[in-house]
Amino acid sequence: MPSYLFWLFSALMLGGAIAVIAFRNPVASAMSVVASFLGLAALFVGLSAFFVGIIQILVYTGAIMVLFVFIIMLLDLQDEEHRARSYLPIAAGLSLVIAFTIQLLGVLSSRPDQEAPALDAPALASAARNFPHSPSISAALTDGRLPDVHLIGQMLFTGYNLPLQILGSLLLVATVGVVVLSKKSAETE
Amino acid sequence: MNLAWILLFLPLVVTAANQLVLRKNPLVPLVSTASAIITLALSFILLGREESLAFDWATIGGFSLQIGLKLDQLSTGMMIVVTGIGALVHVFSLAYMKDDEAKNRYFTGLSLFMFSMTGIVLSGNFIMTFIFWELVGVSSYLLIGHWYQKDSAADAAKKAFLCNRVGDFGFMVGILMIWGITGSLVFEEMRLPETISSGVLGAAILCVFCGAVGKSAQLPLHVWLPDAMEGPTPVSALIHAATMVAAGVYMLFRVEVSLGAEVFDGFAGQTIAWVGGLTSLAAALMATQQDDIKRILAYSTLSQLGYMVMAVGLGGGEAGMFHLFTHAWFKALLFLGSGAVIFACHHEQDIWKMGGLLKKMPITGFTFLLGTAALIAVPFVTSGFYSKEEILAAAFAGNKFLFGIAVFVAFLTTFYMTRAFVVAFLGTPRDHGADHAHEVGPLMFVPLVILAALAIGSAWLTQPLGAIDPRVHADGHHDGHAIVLGASIASLVLGLIAGFVLYNGKDQDPLSIPLFRNRFHIDWLYDNVVVRYFQDAFASIVFFFDEILIRGLAVAGLGRAAASFGLLFRSTLNGRLTSYSFALGLGVILVIYLTVFF
Amino acid sequence: MPSLNDYLLVSGLLFAIGLAGVVLRRNIIVVFMCLELMLSAANLSLVAFSRFNPINGLPDYHGQMLVFFVITVAAAEVAVGLAIIVALYRARQTVHTDDLTSLKG
Repeated sequence: MPSYLFWLFSALMLGGAIAVIAFRNPVASAMSVVASFLGLAALFVGLSAFFVGIIQILVYTGAIMVLFVFIIMLLDLQDEEHRARSYLPIAAGLSLVIAFTIQLLGVLSSRPDQEAPALDAPALASAARNFPHSPSISAALTDGRLPDVHLIGQMLFTGYNLPLQILGSLLLVATVGVVVLSKKSAETE
Repeated sequence: MNLAWILLFLPLVVTAANQLVLRKNPLVPLVSTASAIITLALSFILLGREESLAFDWATIGGFSLQIGLKLDQLSTGMMIVVTGIGALVHVFSLAYMKDDEAKNRYFTGLSLFMFSMTGIVLSGNFIMTFIFWELVGVSSYLLIGHWYQKDSAADAAKKAFLCNRVGDFGFMVGILMIWGITGSLVFEEMRLPETISSGVLGAAILCVFCGAVGKSAQLPLHVWLPDAMEGPTPVSALIHAATMVAAGVYMLFRVEVSLGAEVFDGFAGQTIAWVGGLTSLAAALMATQQDDIKRILAYSTLSQLGYMVMAVGLGGGEAGMFHLFTHAWFKALLFLGSGAVIFACHHEQDIWKMGGLLKKMPITGFTFLLGTAALIAVPFVTSGFYSKEEILAAAFAGNKFLFGIAVFVAFLTTFYMTRAFVVAFLGTPRDHGADHAHEVGPLMFVPLVILAALAIGSAWLTQPLGAIDPRVHADGHHDGHAIVLGASIASLVLGLIAGFVLYNGKDQDPLSIPLFRNRFHIDWLYDNVVVRYFQDAFASIVFFFDEILIRGLAVAGLGRAAASFGLLFRSTLNGRLTSYSFALGLGVILVIYLTVFF
Repeated sequence: MPSLNDYLLVSGLLFAIGLAGVVLRRNIIVVFMCLELMLSAANLSLVAFSRFNPINGLPDYHGQMLVFFVITVAAAEVAVGLAIIVALYRARQTVHTDDLTSLKG
């Protein structure tokens, strides 16, 4: 990804994040999160992580943030304008950000930089030799394309199969839990 | 070997048996008396032996506390006195306390006292002396307060104990100082170091002397002894005439034997001598105006104790011990005689209600006369004369002022004893109690006769007891021997004349000196000034230290400090999500800092 | 192509902003959203490391596996968390953190 695009999408992402904190209206904050995630997804795609990028849009933005907006609307929240402004949390938060940023810069400046290894056609073609049992993957690789989804799928269903199944049951448990938690008990009807 | 331990512990066994096993059994008085007679026999057997026995009682590091007996001429001689008078008092009490309801408690107390006193006399080290010192104080408390239902008796017992305790505080400090100076608490092993500051040594001796001030009732802690007459008369004879009050003098002499008479040079000895001299003077003055026969004898005891202490302070410790020895016999005789008189007059103690008792109670009267003669030191025929001469000689050699005081006290002694004898025994009965008096039974007069013989003759019986007879060590006549003799005879004659002239045939006291009668108002001073003002002041100081400094600051203060720390940390738990997450973020930053940058 | 450090920088900044939001905002739902921002920042650095440390010429997909799981679990967590917030709202009629102090002490 060319540098200018990287910085553009980074600006979008970070700007959205700052907007989350800045807006008082929770719906506006939710929308800013969506914008931020859009930038993030673009960055993922720029890193040749196509599957993760799409998943980010589909699941994170499309499902999770929609859920957030649903709940905000359901609870019919008022703005926070009538509250007295307290500067103590603002000062605390900002000090944390500054401290963390300083530490971050310190860490990054001490580590040697790394350039992205090339993923161009010859590199991919030579990698095809590692996949004798997967004809679609090796065919795509020799073609000079990165079969991102195939590779992730192969790794997920072979090496990470057990965690995947557990994840499935986790989702089931979560679903049941949500239903139970949000059930109105008899007294509060 | 074993006999000495039996001598010490038999009375304790008897006490325990009486108190725990026999209880209300009528045999208790006989058991106690038997043990007293057995210990007397043992003392005779052990007389003159020289040895030290000890066993380790407690060992802490390099220091070991021993229960040790030291048998030498001094201690075995003193044991004769203790067990002799003890046995006679036991026999006398069998008759005197015959009708008392709490006889068994009384005899148990007597046995406890015999044990404690034996411990002091035979003790081989200072710690043991101190332990038994306190035990003697307890026994005295129990016996003075024998008729505790009477308020005056209970108060007197408490007063005795408190005065003793005040003295014992100084005593303990003195023991510790002696230990520091000499490095040992065992009498045999004590040595003075070559270079010792005379001030420190003098201070140590004075502190040890505090114990004698308390126990032997010197000024200003003398106030308990007259009040101790609330106890039964045989108790007064045993404890407050012959043995316990002599323990102070005995202890001082023991220190002199162990460390050498030089310790009484310098300001310590001077102080001790003056305290003794002033005590004897003040007590003699007070005695001239007392009406209770026991109180006259009590003040007389105080005065004679003053003599002994004065002699020790002037470096004449042997003279003091000799006087202690002779004084024990005749004072015990006088007290037991007064006990017989009181018993016969149906518990009447005022001499102005007695009279003509010599005719009614010839044996008692005659023995009382012999005791009086010994006390006033009739020349050459009584033991009291020889011991008093030694003391006067020591005073003459030491300090002419004190010699003058001592001679004046001799005059007063003669005067008040003559007064007592003339009023109580001569003339005609003044009250129906004296009128109906008759001679007492043999259980009472036999001890009186034995004591009378000893009162006269004890000065010639000191052969085996060389340590306490200065004449054995004397090198011929002292300087100024004639002056001393002359002065004592003169004071005797003057006192006799004055006593007879003033009191013969009188029915009430012609002299009235309120200052002496009220005992120089010292008791009033203690009760209304010292106790009232100082006690509360001390109590509030102690209260300050205890309640405010220690309890408030240290104990509760620590608690409150912990609590306020807790409150401080509790303020972080305000239930608000924001602050919790801030703390979390802060922790993250801190961890990153510590792992990466530190 | 930007270097690894650029990606890490951006990821760190996003994390910091998310952290600030958790401390700053007092609406629980917005706090929850900022929490998601922090998770996403972690995902970004994971993917960056996966891309910049290739195995056999291809990106190291183990990192992206983790991202997959993180996103899934985040989804489940959000669902349950919002259900709890709804129950909380029903009980207390507020989602303002200053009013929710019953754990005080």
